[in-house]
Amino acid sequence: MAEAKVAPRPLSPHLQIYRWSWTMAMSVAHRITGLALYGGIVLFAIWLVALASGPSAFDTAQGFFGSPLGYLILFGYTWILMHHMLGGVRHLVWDFGYGMEAAQRINMARFTLIGSIALTLAIWVVAFLAF
Amino acid sequence: MADNRADTRVSMRTPLARVKGLGAAGHGVEHWWIHRVTAVSNVPLIIAFVIIVAALAGSSYQDAIAIISHPLIAIILILAVISVTNHMRLGMQIVIEDYVHDKGYKIAALIANNFYAVIVAVACLYAILKVSLGRILV
Repeated sequence: MAEAKVAPRPLSPHLQIYRWSWTMAMSVAHRITGLALYGGIVLFAIWLVALASGPSAFDTAQGFFGSPLGYLILFGYTWILMHHMLGGVRHLVWDFGYGMEAAQRINMARFTLIGSIALTLAIWVVAFLAF
Repeated sequence: MADNRADTRVSMRTPLARVKGLGAAGHGVEHWWIHRVTAVSNVPLIIAFVIIVAALAGSSYQDAIAIISHPLIAIILILAVISVTNHMRLGMQIVIEDYVHDKGYKIAALIANNFYAVIVAVACLYAILKVSLGRILV
């Protein structure tokens, strides 16, 4: 084997070349929401450990989550969680070989976004009314 | 579904390798499969988790202890923590293997990923068990 030669073959352009499509956007969003949940779960761990530590630690944690910033984080976390859950169900449907047609793909991707927003709003409305 | 399996009559693989089904990496589809199994188990557990967290909003210390230490809620939360931390560990491993190409950084990131997932899991499980065990509902 001599020196490596650059083959004159067509190369796949990088990500920013492509026109954004629903399926592409929701695929990227699925990975980003997964990463956000990965980091965000530590908030739940902190809340639980604060509860196990005693009343003063718990009141500090509960005070943070009850603040405007805490509510904003929890609201965002709810949407991220619902988006990742619906996106995951979409992937499970594909794993069974269904929903591969172009129209089905795009509709499922749209439903991931619309459904996650609707679920998030429903959860917060119900939570405010019930608890 | 179509049968996409390779034609074994022309395969170069040994019969033993085919029966073991572990592939070139020697791990088979375990990572992929457990990722899917935990995805399925996550769905009902996360729905329950969201309801429990909503019920905890604005609760006092006594209320929170009473909710978390209820056997049904504690068991659901323990199952959710086990399912979610495994799912997120497997998912982050895929992301690391996709984007971190330097071998040293990749190994360090994979180890850190495992440590993080275990620390989160143990912290959550310890806290749930601490407030639950020994508390008798009357």
